Order: sequence, then structure tokens, then C-alpha cells
Amino acid sequence: MSNLTDLTVAEIRDGFRSGDFSAREVAEAFNANVAAAKALNAFIVETPEKALEAADAADKAKAAGEALKPLSGVPIGMKDLFCTEGVQTTAASHMLEGFKPTYESTVSKKLWDAGAGMLGKLNLDQFAMGSSNETSYFGNVISPWRRSGGDNAALAPGGSSGGSSSAVAARLCPAATGTDTGGSIRQPAAFTGISGIKPTYGRCSRWGIVAFASSLDQAGPMARTVRDNAILLETMAGFDPKDSTSLDLAVPQWEANLSSDLKGKKVGIPKEYRPDGLNEEIAALWDRGIEWLKDAGAEIVEVSLPHSKYALPTYYIIAPAEASSNLARYDGVRYGQRDLPDGAGLQDMYAATRAAGFGPEVKRRIMIGTYVLSAGFYDAYYTQAQKVRALIARDFEQAFEKCDLLLTPTAPSASFALGEKQADPLAMYLNDVFTVPASLAGLPAMAVPGGLDAQGLPLGLQIIGKALDEQTVLNAGLAIEERAGFTARPEKWW
Amino acid sequence: MTESTYRIQGATGEWEVVIGLEVHAQVTSQAKLFSGAATAFGAEPNTQVSLVDAAMPGMLPVPNRECIRQAVRTGMAIDAKINKWSRFDRKNYFYADLPQGYQISQLYHPLVGEGQIEITLDEKNPDSSTKTIGIERIHVEQDAGKLMHDQHPTRSYVDLNRSGVALMEIVSKPDMRSPAEAGAYLSKLRTILRYVGSCDGNMDQGSMRADVNVSVRKPGHEFGTRTETKNVNSVRFVMAVVEHEANRQVDVLEAGGKVVQETRLYDPDKNETRSMRSKEDAHDYRYFPDPDLLPLELDDAFLEECRQSLPELPDAKRRRYEEQLGLSAYNAATLTADADTARWFEALLAEGARIQKKSEGEVAKASANWLLSELYGALNRLGKNLEDSPVGPEEGAELLALVADGTISGTIAKQVFEIMLETGECAPRIVEEKGLKQTSDTGAIEAAVAKVLADNGDKVEQYRAGKEALFGFFVGQTMKAMQGKANPQVVNELVRKALA
Repeated sequence: MSNLTDLTVAEIRDGFRSGDFSAREVAEAFNANVAAAKALNAFIVETPEKALEAADAADKAKAAGEALKPLSGVPIGMKDLFCTEGVQTTAASHMLEGFKPTYESTVSKKLWDAGAGMLGKLNLDQFAMGSSNETSYFGNVISPWRRSGGDNAALAPGGSSGGSSSAVAARLCPAATGTDTGGSIRQPAAFTGISGIKPTYGRCSRWGIVAFASSLDQAGPMARTVRDNAILLETMAGFDPKDSTSLDLAVPQWEANLSSDLKGKKVGIPKEYRPDGLNEEIAALWDRGIEWLKDAGAEIVEVSLPHSKYALPTYYIIAPAEASSNLARYDGVRYGQRDLPDGAGLQDMYAATRAAGFGPEVKRRIMIGTYVLSAGFYDAYYTQAQKVRALIARDFEQAFEKCDLLLTPTAPSASFALGEKQADPLAMYLNDVFTVPASLAGLPAMAVPGGLDAQGLPLGLQIIGKALDEQTVLNAGLAIEERAGFTARPEKWW
Repeated sequence: MTESTYRIQGATGEWEVVIGLEVHAQVTSQAKLFSGAATAFGAEPNTQVSLVDAAMPGMLPVPNRECIRQAVRTGMAIDAKINKWSRFDRKNYFYADLPQGYQISQLYHPLVGEGQIEITLDEKNPDSSTKTIGIERIHVEQDAGKLMHDQHPTRSYVDLNRSGVALMEIVSKPDMRSPAEAGAYLSKLRTILRYVGSCDGNMDQGSMRADVNVSVRKPGHEFGTRTETKNVNSVRFVMAVVEHEANRQVDVLEAGGKVVQETRLYDPDKNETRSMRSKEDAHDYRYFPDPDLLPLELDDAFLEECRQSLPELPDAKRRRYEEQLGLSAYNAATLTADADTARWFEALLAEGARIQKKSEGEVAKASANWLLSELYGALNRLGKNLEDSPVGPEEGAELLALVADGTISGTIAKQVFEIMLETGECAPRIVEEKGLKQTSDTGAIEAAVAKVLADNGDKVEQYRAGKEALFGFFVGQTMKAMQGKANPQVVNELVRKALA
């Protein structure tokens, strides 16, 4: 028997069904890996008992000859932005430390109902705000990857879903959930050599996910293969009457319809995504990606997304604006952190609670958001940003008149050392430059690993699809995956 | 329409008052605006709170269709433009009774646009002037919770039962010019809401409350600076606020001061308003479209259903009562001023027409008179209102039918009604058991008339000498002799004949 923790979700699911191993064996193997990987700090809470409970239920069902569920026997990691009933949910903040929801998020419930088991709650950037996982109150996650040549610098796993990316890359879980507001699934996937997809806005219910920016937040899977992403997304997606922005559409059979044959498909290459000074290795990988898609039968066309250059400033107005309002509920009155200095009144309690409960990056974004919504600035910032957002969405619509999907890099660089960009928020924000436009347009987008750079660190390619066309995105991802032959894995040091 | 002549006499001459009202009306609905929690009044604190109302992490609002429907129907009832596309905005501020840290409201694109309400200063007086008050908009929004300061010596408690309850904010134009107009507007609005069924109008339970905007100016001049007095919860208090606030502003202006744009509170015990906060400390609410909610788009079928479900409204009903039922302006106005009264009256009418096999028009006058004098008089005496009247419309109709077909006289009917109130028995049975049927037996009546004339020979002489007013005396005596059971018309006829 091969090492169980090297198996993909599909392999675990199928191997369990055919009796190659028990669900309990799988859960125990991953629990052991989780327990042995404290150095990565990928988990805020470990829940080995939950993983075993689901595994035992799967084994029992199988022994009784009952019908198995889509994810029976598969343990996964849950980003700690999803509310989980009875299990601490913090959004990696001090504000919610100790908070145990009495309810289960729609997406996590769908996964448990499908038979999956929970290995634990994964670390992230605080309130999903960050690109390196350094804003977590519970300490930064460390990437399992290291630069070649004996450089032992601790590297960023990306963010905000850095616990998810690190854990999947390090074989602590076969797959994990992520959320993506401006690139929080795709950039960490690229940094750690795994795949992840942000579906069309509205595919996955936001109910029970701690909100960052409501008009952008989307849940999605992160795993080591495109097929695994298709499997998980099928379970996670679907209409939820509790989320007004949820799409009332049937969930396609993405896994069954996977095909790497791209004959008849046109791939657009946005010229604005190749700025002067683009990292040469990234540019070279992009060219290889173009060749792989051609090889898969696709035709390549150049397209223009002229408003892309405004995407980052637009995003950093809209997302903080929504966040400043979404995070107002953390006031110390009903749950979570409360700081009540002696003799304090209500205003003092708010100030003390929020000063102690939020980290610097969260405060920065609340301040930006409050500013751009203020009387006298609203039109100049927020209204203007909404207009530009509409133009960015229109760019994509026009591009998709000429092509079926877009191929771009995922991030402008490979992973960087922890601490390297912490002092400069703007440099940090630049990490999202390729991922933010699709978020603003609500389009499905996926990161797949393409290769390693000269330092031995993974680099990713991004596929952006038409609204609701996750299938083409997954298919193109599969075509790249088959051709890239990305088998590199981090050498275990933890 | 007439111009108001209400003026405040100041040292520098006459001042005109300008008033606009923002009325918050709680939408009648089983559930809150964006959550499934219940809305009943008077429940134990924090027993009607969903995860959404408490703003737990990750919770999302979902609009309650019934609340939107009620607001749309209200808009239609005031002849307003219904916006098929509207949107919810967040009004951001921190307070302990506001769990989300924002109120979901509609600033930029309200559900209902401009409309109007016709007011009559004296509803009961047909000659009283009417005036049209413009409505600026109606939007829907969430109510906040309630702070309780009397539960603990050093702490305040929060009750979130009201948190998230749907309110309609009905904003008038600054079209009112006197306390009476403000009072008439609020009364009329309340009547319409109760007809439509979109708000129970219970001001003492907080289901309806008004923010009163008042300014003063010299007649013909530009609008003055206004103040806004918050949460005034009765028609009488609204009128008091206008009067007090207008006089206060005149005093300030005539003393050389300036009216400060500010929010004020009304103290009913001292009958005065007090400054709450000025414009300078006004919140910056940072309104922006709520990203958790899609724009509200209404289709034609929904609007048509709303329109079909509207009842006959008070103005139309009053006109119909006057024109088709032939009621006096006073009776028509009184019967339609309250939806419950009109409902009761129409049940009485329908039952009366059915029993008597007549049209509603033929039984309307007697029904209206009986309801407004006999029934109201009795209810007043018993300290009851129409809802808990011991006699229902069916029983009333039975009684009136007995009068109409000559079975009993009006005088006997009063006695029967008293017995009905006391015993709950129905009229036909009382009449039967007590033998109260009136007689048209001319033989018996003739005998009674003869006896009355014989016993009062002196008066007969006086009558014949020209004192015709004595005719009534003879009729009365005859009725008395017949114990009220004689048919009055027959008595009249026979007395006249005997005296001829």
C-alpha cells in the first residue's frame, strides 16, 4: 500500500470504495501528519476526533452495505473563516478567540453531509486580509517549501488561505477549503504548488462564512489536482435561500465532464498582463502555458483588458469599504472579545475592544474603508470605484466575445520570505495584481502549478473563464496539469 | 383647497409654521424584514431574535416578501409611484441596540416614490376645507433593539426583540401649516394604514411614531431652519410638539437668535422639547449599497397582486356611503374614519339587507343611525369598543329588521336592545318571550283612543279650540295605554279620526 497521505481526493474516495483501505486508516494517517507538523502552524484548531468520527461513519456504512456519499472516507481541512458548530471559529483574530458558533456554514455543512471529515480549522490572514498569512493573530503559517541551495528562510504560504495551501502542499490534508476575495485561493495555491479554484460569484453560499467584502467573497476548494477541485466544488456549490446573492442554478457535473481536449476553444492572452519588468521566469512559464494549451488543441488570440491597471486601486477601495461595515458587528456587546476598562462607557468599550481585538492590517483596512465612505469622499472614491468596476467587468465581456478563456500568471512572483514585505503594505497588495480583476468581475478563475523557478519554488498559471463556465476553466487546468507534469513536492523539514 | 390661516403672533408680526412628518410605521408581518424571527409585541426580552438579528458572524439578510408587499400596497393606497427597481443601503453607526453596526435602509433608491394624502381638518364637518399633503417617499428599513437601563444598578441591558423588525418610513413634504393639519395628516395616515392592513397603527405600542420637522417663517418668505423632534407617539403629542416648537423658534428669532438645526426630544410630562444633538455632532452614516442584497426588482404580476388585494380606501368609501347609500356627510365620515367601524357597519348592512330582502341602500340610514347612536351610546356606557361589543352585526341586523317590518316600535327596540346587552339573547326571542310585538289591531287601538279622549275631555275641548299641539299628547297617552306595542302610524291615524 502506498503512503495514504500522498493520495489525491479521488484516489482516497475510490480506494476506500474498492476496499484498498479503511476510512479510519486514512483519517489516522492524516491526523498523524497534522500532529507532526506543528512547525508549519497551519492549524488553529486540530480536530482529529471529527476526522475519525466521519471515517468511522463511512466504514460502518460501507460494512452495512449502505450507499456511500460523494466524499465518504475523505478528510479535509477547513479554513477558519467558515463557522463550524461547536468548534472555535476565529477568522484568525483575537476578536473572535474562543468563539464557538451554534451553527454550521452552508458550505462546510454540505461537505460534512457529503461524508467528508474535518481534520481541523486552518490558519489564515486575519479576517482574510493579507497575502502572506502574516496578519494572523495566531502566528504566521510557514510554507513547507524552501529555496534550494541551503537557504533556510521561512517562506510565506501566500494568503489569505495560507493554512490551507501549506497544509495541502505538506500532505497534512488531501484538500482544504479556501475563500477568495481578491486572490486568496489562487495566490497561495500558486505559492505552494497546488491547484485552487474560485468559482463564479454566487456559486457557493456565503452563509456562515465570516464576511470580509460581501460583493467579492467566494468559497472554493484547494487541492493537489484539478480533478480533486472539481470533486470538492461540486459538493460546495449550490443555491442557498439563506444567501440573497446565491445563484439559483443546478450544479453541473464538473468531474464527469472533465476533458483536456481544448479543440475549438480560443484562449485569450491579455496584453496588459505583461507589463515591463514582469518577472522573467513568470513570463517564460506563461509562454510555456500558451504552448501547452495550443498542444491541447486550443487557438491563441491576443485580447485587451484596458482597465486592468485600475483593478488594484478599485479593489482596495471597494473591499475595505465593505469590510469597514461588515466588521462593525465586532463591538464587544454580544460575543467575542470585550475590553471594558474601569468606569468605561459604551464608546470607551468599543474603542478598547476594537483596539485590542483587531490586528494592524485589519485596522488599516477599516480606516481606509471608513474614509472612502465618508461624506465628501464617497463620490470621489466609492462611486468612482464602482464605475471602474463596471468597466473592468465590461473589458472581460468584450474579451470573451473573442475567446473562451484567458490565460495569465497567478502572481507576479514566487513565494517570498516571511517579513520581507510586511513593512510595505503597497508591495504586499501588488501580489493580487493578476487575481483581483476576475474577482471584481465575479468570474471563475483557477490557479494551477506550472513549474519551479530557479530557486526551486513553485510558480502558477491562472485560467479565467466566462461567468458560470467553471467547466472550461477546469478543463484548461487539466490540460496544463497533464502537460506541466508538476510532480515536485516540498522536502520534509518540519 | 384653502390656505391655512394659522399664525403665531409675535412681537414683530405674524409667523407661519412649516411642518413635515417622517412617520415610522411597523409593517404588519409575522416575521422580520430580513430574518424569520417573530415580531409579536410584548414577548419576554431576547426571545424573538434570530442569528441574523443578533448579527452573528457570517449571517446574511434575506428580504421578507410579505414586508415588501405591504409597503408596496401602502404606496398604492396613497396613490404613489411604485419603483420597480429599488435598493437597500447600509446606514452605519455604532450603538448597543444595533447589532450589525449598521441599519439596512433605503437612502438612494426607495421602494415608493411620490404620493399624496387628502386631509380634512374637521372630518365630521362636510363644509370643512380639505387639503392635499404631498408624500415624498416611503422606504423600508430595519428597526433597532431596545436598551434597558433599569435592570441593573450599573449596567444597561439590551433587548433585541425589535431588532430587524420591518418599518416603513413615510416621509411627507413640508406641506403642513398648523398643528391641526399635522394632527389630521397623522390621523388620516393611520386610518389608511389600518385599512390597508400594513400597520396596526398602535401608537402606544410603538407601532407608529413620528419625527416632527418644524420651522417658522414670515408668510411668503423662504423656509426657515428646521428642527426635528424624534419619536413622538400620539396625534395629540404631535400637535403639542408643533405648537411648542413653533413658539419656541419664534421666541428665539425675535430675541435676535438663530434656530439651530438639531434633533430634539419631546417630554410629554413637561410638554416641552429638549435638544438632543446638533448638526455638528450629527453622525456621518457612510451610506452605501448593501452588498449582501441584490437590488429589489418587482415584476408586473407582483404589482398586480398587490393592487388587487387593496381594500376600498377611506375616501372612496366615504363618497360611496354618501352618494350610493344616501348617508349624511357626518355619518359617512364617522363610519369610515376607522377600518374596524366600517367593517362592522358593512356587516350590519349586508345582514340587514339579507334578512329584510332589501337593498343595502334601503337599510343604510337606519343601520347607520342605530350604530352611531344606540350602539355607540351603549358601548360608551359599558366602557367597551366595537371589537368587544356584546352585540354583533348579525344580532343588530335582526333587531333593526323587527323595527323595519313593524314588529316592534322604535321605543320597544330600545328596550329590546338593553335586554340583548344584558342577557346576550337575540332580539326575536326577547320580543317573543316578553310579548313585545306591536299591534295594528284597530279595534284595540280604537278602544284605547276612545278611553283617552273620554278621560281628557278638557284637553279635547282645548284641542278643538285650536291648541293643536295637544295632538301629540293624545298619541302619547294612547301608546302608553297600549304599553308601547301599538303601531304608531295606526295610532296617529285613529287619533286624528277620533278628533275630527
